Amino acid sequence: MFDFEQAWIAFTDVASSLLIIVLAIVAMEAVLYLALMARKSERSTFIAAVLGPIAAAAAYLLLSLESITLDGLTSLPSDTWIALGVIAGAVVVLEAAIYFFRTRRRTTNARLALPAMLLAPAIAGVGILYVYPLLYELNLSFTKMSAINFVDPGLLGLTWEGTILEPFGAERDIFVGLDNYVNVFTRPILQQAGFWQIFLQTIIWTVVCIFFHVTLGVALALMLNRKMRGRTIYRAILILPWAIPVFISLQIWRTEFNFQFGAVNQLLGLIGIDPIPWMADPTWNFAAMIITNVWLGVPFMMVITLGGLQAISSDYYEAAEIDGASGRQQLTRITLPLLRPVLVPAVLLGVFLTFNNIMVPFFINQNSWESSEILVTALYRAAFEDNRFGFSAAFAFVIFLILLAFTLWYVRATNVLKGAYES
Amino acid sequence: MTEVSAQRRERGLRQRLTQPARRGEDSPLKRALIHAALITAAIIVLYPVLRVVSTSLRPDQAVTSTSLALIPEGATIDAYSRVIFETNFTNWVFNSLMVTFGVATLGLIFAAVSAYGFSRYKFRGRNSGLTFLFATQLIPGVMLLVPIFIIYVQAGLVNTYPGLMLAYAVTAIPFSIWILKGYYDTIPFDLEEAAKIDGCTEFQAFYRVLLPLSVPALAIVYLLNFLAAWGEYFFARILVGGNEALLTWPLGMARFQAQFSTQWADLSAAAIMVSVPIVFLFVYISKYLVSGLTLGGVKG
Repeated sequence: MFDFEQAWIAFTDVASSLLIIVLAIVAMEAVLYLALMARKSERSTFIAAVLGPIAAAAAYLLLSLESITLDGLTSLPSDTWIALGVIAGAVVVLEAAIYFFRTRRRTTNARLALPAMLLAPAIAGVGILYVYPLLYELNLSFTKMSAINFVDPGLLGLTWEGTILEPFGAERDIFVGLDNYVNVFTRPILQQAGFWQIFLQTIIWTVVCIFFHVTLGVALALMLNRKMRGRTIYRAILILPWAIPVFISLQIWRTEFNFQFGAVNQLLGLIGIDPIPWMADPTWNFAAMIITNVWLGVPFMMVITLGGLQAISSDYYEAAEIDGASGRQQLTRITLPLLRPVLVPAVLLGVFLTFNNIMVPFFINQNSWESSEILVTALYRAAFEDNRFGFSAAFAFVIFLILLAFTLWYVRATNVLKGAYES
Repeated sequence: MTEVSAQRRERGLRQRLTQPARRGEDSPLKRALIHAALITAAIIVLYPVLRVVSTSLRPDQAVTSTSLALIPEGATIDAYSRVIFETNFTNWVFNSLMVTFGVATLGLIFAAVSAYGFSRYKFRGRNSGLTFLFATQLIPGVMLLVPIFIIYVQAGLVNTYPGLMLAYAVTAIPFSIWILKGYYDTIPFDLEEAAKIDGCTEFQAFYRVLLPLSVPALAIVYLLNFLAAWGEYFFARILVGGNEALLTWPLGMARFQAQFSTQWADLSAAAIMVSVPIVFLFVYISKYLVSGLTLGGVKG
């Protein structure tokens, strides 16, 4: 029923990696503190100096442990203990060097010291986790790396072959320059579908979904934004599509779009419409995708709009009522303009989530219709079903550039980011 | 009295329905229409979900039914016990819990401190840093999956949990910094200045003044990261999919579906068990989600 041993392994894996990361941060911060802020005979200087090597050594120790047991501790090869000593010693030397160097040079820019220390972990983390893979991917996009050519891609055509820096051995010449980028636009990405077809499908998908998300979401929010009986119940129910894990909702909708058993066709039958081949027909499949995504996405818009509506003071409406404005005038002259600051970022977010939504098209597209693919699902298939890594890296950057262009245009057109920098 | 009742008789039925009973309220007709619309929406939302619940209670494993009744005949909870006791379901859920807690903690560790730096200090490169953080939200996750997969294969992190955690942290950290920075911005600096005048160092001002005030935001960020990593499928499939013992619940369920594709009751039971806690959690925090999501994008 429950594999305790496996669970223990999972727990210790996660806990030990967290601990290693924390210790690494502590060591880094200790060194930084000495480099930037420590004063000669303060207690904190001493603490930092001692903590640095200890944290570094402990992190290394945890890294080398095979299993978190006493047995694991004793079965470490003696090399590890030597390496531990070396690391601790190295950190001490580093600290001493920094410290003496610094106290001789007097001051570093004191105003930069604290922000530097505060941001160092994030910079290191984002750099290693985010920036490095991005650069790696850029490099990858200039190669024809694939499952067959799974070798070290080198750097921009330079390989390590024959040099002392040959970690994995780049055996074959896989540098292809900008060929991948050209192929993205000119050759099929999947079996037959090319970039422009999939791009068009993605745009249709995004526009139609966002249209329904916003109109239905705002409509529902307007209806809910009043004193009414059952308001909390309605709100709780209408949030469900957002609350249920997407994977589950997709399994549900997949079943409901089933030709024979699905609720959709059964209900259509009740009102006299023939069953629709949601999965077997490419066009209806696309429609099914959209219907599902609208079901999933409306609660998000509704909740955001509700928040925005509640921020609109009722004074405006009272004044308008006194002036004799009709309901529709109140809606168009008061509500919608005042909702704009809330809706504009929400629509941007919605566009991104829809454009990059890999789950809905992937799971609703049971028969792998290429007409139901959007850019990100095509990217996934090219990378992990066809294993064309170099090509998909180039493809990924093309997608990114499209998104970037859209964002720049949108931000400029709507002035939505004005607040972020001012604060 | 006669004047009033004469007036009342003049007001036809139509007028009574379309005029509000009191000033500032909706007319009865309008209210009825709104309720009708909301009930329709509620049915559209609830019906698929209730069908799953009823399928999970079926004694047979059929998905077809002629009756539209929600509680099927002979309803049992056998499916639930089958899923819990005869599959690795509990392990899958535990695995997911471990990974998501790890990711959420990581995100918080990195973001709580850095967001403070972004929010309270002006330094060279602050704006480019913020732009970079914003730009990271643009990148689709799949785009990063390609190099991450290759790098992690070479680093031996594939089919391990630290690998999956780090992969999730890639998107969790920038997102958390962005949200927390927005939240810190809304807390006036005066409180920390007052603390510093009273003798606190910078760190103490952060630790004793700002952090306690931001506990709700920290909790929301934690939960948001948790929810994001909980139901994630693709990273998990690529990064731990090869190791049977490490399956998270979406992978486990996909595996289960592939093997036992006609055992609808069991599948539905598993789906319900996974969804219910999340739904409750979600409904609880949905109030705070709106402010959290619009932070940083809208001023005032």
